[in-house]
Amino acid sequence: MATETITAEEALAVHGAEAAGPGMPQLDVSSFPNQIFWLLVTLGVIYFVLSRFALPRIGAVLAERAGTITNDIAAAEELRHRAREAETAYDKALADARAEANRIVAETKAQIQADLDTEIEKADAQIAAKTAESQAAIDEIRESAARNVSEVARDVAREIVAAFGADADAAKVDAAVDAKLGERA
Amino acid sequence: MATEAVALVEGEEPGGLVFHPFDQFEIKPLFGEIGDPVSWYTISNATFWMAMAALCVIGLLVIGTRGRAVIPSRVQSAAELVYGFVYKMVEDVTGKEGLKYFPWIMTLFLFILFSNYLGLLPLAFTPTSHIAVTAVLALGVFITVTVIGFVKNGMAFLGLFWMKEAPLFLRPVIAIIEVISYFVRPVSHSIRLAGNLVAGHAMIKVFAGFAAIAALSPLSVVAITAIYGLEVLVAGIQAYVFTILTCIYLKDALHPSH
Repeated sequence: MATETITAEEALAVHGAEAAGPGMPQLDVSSFPNQIFWLLVTLGVIYFVLSRFALPRIGAVLAERAGTITNDIAAAEELRHRAREAETAYDKALADARAEANRIVAETKAQIQADLDTEIEKADAQIAAKTAESQAAIDEIRESAARNVSEVARDVAREIVAAFGADADAAKVDAAVDAKLGERA
Repeated sequence: MATEAVALVEGEEPGGLVFHPFDQFEIKPLFGEIGDPVSWYTISNATFWMAMAALCVIGLLVIGTRGRAVIPSRVQSAAELVYGFVYKMVEDVTGKEGLKYFPWIMTLFLFILFSNYLGLLPLAFTPTSHIAVTAVLALGVFITVTVIGFVKNGMAFLGLFWMKEAPLFLRPVIAIIEVISYFVRPVSHSIRLAGNLVAGHAMIKVFAGFAAIAALSPLSVVAITAIYGLEVLVAGIQAYVFTILTCIYLKDALHPSH
């Protein structure tokens, strides 16, 4: 490597167009202190900034994000759990309501049946009473009709006897009519 | 490098092509005349581009995350992506004990990443193309890791070199090889990074030099575009490689038994 450097140096020396210097600036030892000094400064600055500000901040952000994601997942799990609970409660409420409705229907049906039975009984009693009453009225009418018949028969017999010119005893005529009616009855 | 040196020589031929593939790596004072001496405190182009890298890091990771939003903005999302990427790398390779060193590894990764990518801007200077910079980074890792190894494990750290699984008569040989490879680590660690970047950047300049010949210029543009694309990959991959090697060395220090 050294020989090559010399070659380059010689070349520069021969042609003299360039400012004096080695072939490879990398091997120019005179520039080393400058580079090393500024390198150390730069590394120091970068390290200081990274360790004091950048890395803790980014680490905190990443941790916070991880925490947020974990929390969100837990919250989602919780919500799903609650949704499932709500669904169960809803189903239960629905079943209860249905059972309640069935119970009410049955109760109402029984109530109506009972009411109906009482009403029917009452109506039957009324009907029986009315029937008995009517029977009585019919009997009375029949009786009065029979009495009227014998009266009319007596009157008619009396008139007929009178028409024949016989002076009939009213009592005899009545007795004869009654006897005739009694025969037929 | 030999060819590049030759190219440099040829570049000076009258009427020929002019190649200056290494001018871009020169350290120059940012203010004042070119050729002014560069002492250790001089604000140079290296200073400027390192500062730009630091500003980009601050912009992405501090200003980008100032919202601290649970639902992140785009910049915050990118910052979290980088954070998660390096954090996972450290955790996967070194285990939980290595997370203590996560800020240091993050610092290395971000500095190299932004230096590499900013160096791809036209006219920019790439601090990580200098062996002085990468050697300091690699030596820093090497020394830190070695110290951690001895502090955490005491003399048991030397078990890293003593393969208990190997047959007894092979162990000393393996131990010598292991020790050599251990001390070569910072060399390969630093030269890999600088070498990749120098090669790519120099190659772009060489192809750009060919553009002086009219017939070759379309080809030159295509080649520059292709190599630039490759360099975009290399910039990211080398930052990743440097970081993951750091993690592996750290793992060796924390768990020296194979």
